[in-house]
Amino acid sequence: MSTKALPLMRQPRVQRIAYPALVAIVLIAAWQGLVTGMDLPPYLVPSPFLMVKTLVTDWRALGSALLVTLEITVLAFVVATVAGVLISFLFVQSKQIETALFPYAVLLQVTPIVAVAPLIIIWVKNPTWAMVVCASLVALFPIISNTTLGLRSIEPDLQSYFKLNRATRWQQLVRLRIPSALPYFFGGLRISSGLALIGAVVAEFVAGTGGSGAGLAYQILQAGFQLNIPRMFAALLLISLTGVVLFAAMAWLTRRVLGPWHASETSHD
Amino acid sequence: MNLHEPDARVLAVPAPPATPAVPAVEILSTEKTYPDGTRALQPVDLVIEEGEFVTLLGPSGCGKSTLLKMIAGLLEPSDGRLLLWRRPVAELHSCTHKVAFVFQSPTLMPWASVQSNVRLPLDLAGVPRRQANARVGEALELVGLHKFSGALPRALSGGMQMRVSIARGLVTQPDLLLMDEPFGALDEITRHKLDTELLALWAQKKLTVVFVTHSIHEAVFLSTRVVMMAARPGRVVDEVRIAEPYPRTPDFMVTPQFSRYAKQLQDSLLRASAPRYDDSHDDSHHEAQP
Repeated sequence: MSTKALPLMRQPRVQRIAYPALVAIVLIAAWQGLVTGMDLPPYLVPSPFLMVKTLVTDWRALGSALLVTLEITVLAFVVATVAGVLISFLFVQSKQIETALFPYAVLLQVTPIVAVAPLIIIWVKNPTWAMVVCASLVALFPIISNTTLGLRSIEPDLQSYFKLNRATRWQQLVRLRIPSALPYFFGGLRISSGLALIGAVVAEFVAGTGGSGAGLAYQILQAGFQLNIPRMFAALLLISLTGVVLFAAMAWLTRRVLGPWHASETSHD
Repeated sequence: MNLHEPDARVLAVPAPPATPAVPAVEILSTEKTYPDGTRALQPVDLVIEEGEFVTLLGPSGCGKSTLLKMIAGLLEPSDGRLLLWRRPVAELHSCTHKVAFVFQSPTLMPWASVQSNVRLPLDLAGVPRRQANARVGEALELVGLHKFSGALPRALSGGMQMRVSIARGLVTQPDLLLMDEPFGALDEITRHKLDTELLALWAQKKLTVVFVTHSIHEAVFLSTRVVMMAARPGRVVDEVRIAEPYPRTPDFMVTPQFSRYAKQLQDSLLRASAPRYDDSHDDSHHEAQP
């Protein structure tokens, strides 16, 4: 590729950052302009400037709330990943096991977490772990379905080749099934990282825990009661940014692990 | 269809050897009918001696791949027996006789380097890494890809990927090499090149090769013997010995003998595909020898 020869704004790598940034600048400018021009009161719509200012002034409360939410999200994500992978391995052991259990995985997925969360919060004593359980239930399904699909998506001839060479079950798993499943697994991780955050926020809303264990959702609730709308927006901004960072981290990890071999990672360039 | 058993005896009579050669492959009225009743292959009798290059030639649906997969042990015959060096396929692999299989597509692991791909059969057999790497180096040298051992398969062309697949087949130093239309997906120029290379390897390594193809020209060019098959139902319709000397060069393909063999095979396929009036002639077998 002759990217070097292209002018700066024509380079795909620059475009990938510059174009969304341009949209952001336009949107923020329009927002600021509307709020100032129409003289909207901050308890209806705060200006972007006020939102950032609140973020800085209220950082003590918001920062510690971010840490709480982040902790629940990361724990839930790890729990969902480990449990999801284990369940997938169980599923691919035999078609019967999958047939028997898969409907329940679907059941888990379609039951609204908001409806189940109160129960879980009653059953699990530790509030943090109660919220972790809720969030991991939300994040679990994509990992199960993607990893199971991946473990089954083996090129038939390649599998025959392993069979011809009398590969053991273990050799097939390590040398064939797991590498074949990795792209699917990472696809699942990307979806689940976002879902873990959503699950964590929903669980916090339902739990409504205050005090030292208060997360961002609690900050939003509180700010809503107090009509402290700028603070609400600031908390919302933090949640969105966390989601973006999580997604970017997963994308980076995917690239690192899959490297150059998988088509989904190379076809864009 | 009992032409071959007596054949073997006839061969043994004039020059009684101290140890009669054990045929590499014995297919004894082997047939394949799928559970749903589809008859993929009518009973086949075929004996392949060590060192032969036998091609199973036929249109799609003639059961040539099915037969090859049964030789490899990938498919179970629904009836009949199949022996490799006088042993059932499942009891083989006692290190004395090795079988390698090359698929129609390269079937490489996309995540592994060329070297790891070629090393796979050795890794699966638990060969120590250093010894394995040395043999991988030799195998890649044979197919002319030693400079690409660190590359990923996707960085290679189709022909090069196929060579990697062949190197993986050769790395175990097999006695019997089974190839299922290995060059079918390649362009003609590359195919000719690989055909020539394959013949060189066959001669050098004293392999026994069973090769599946739908190309009459490729079959005549490569083989010591061509087994012509026909479809609906899958069956053997003719066997032709290509009594031409090796090494064969592409010049062989423009000789009159070459055309005669090709014509003969073409004719027997046409005869077999023509509407049949009498089912009893079904497996009339002309041991046509020019």
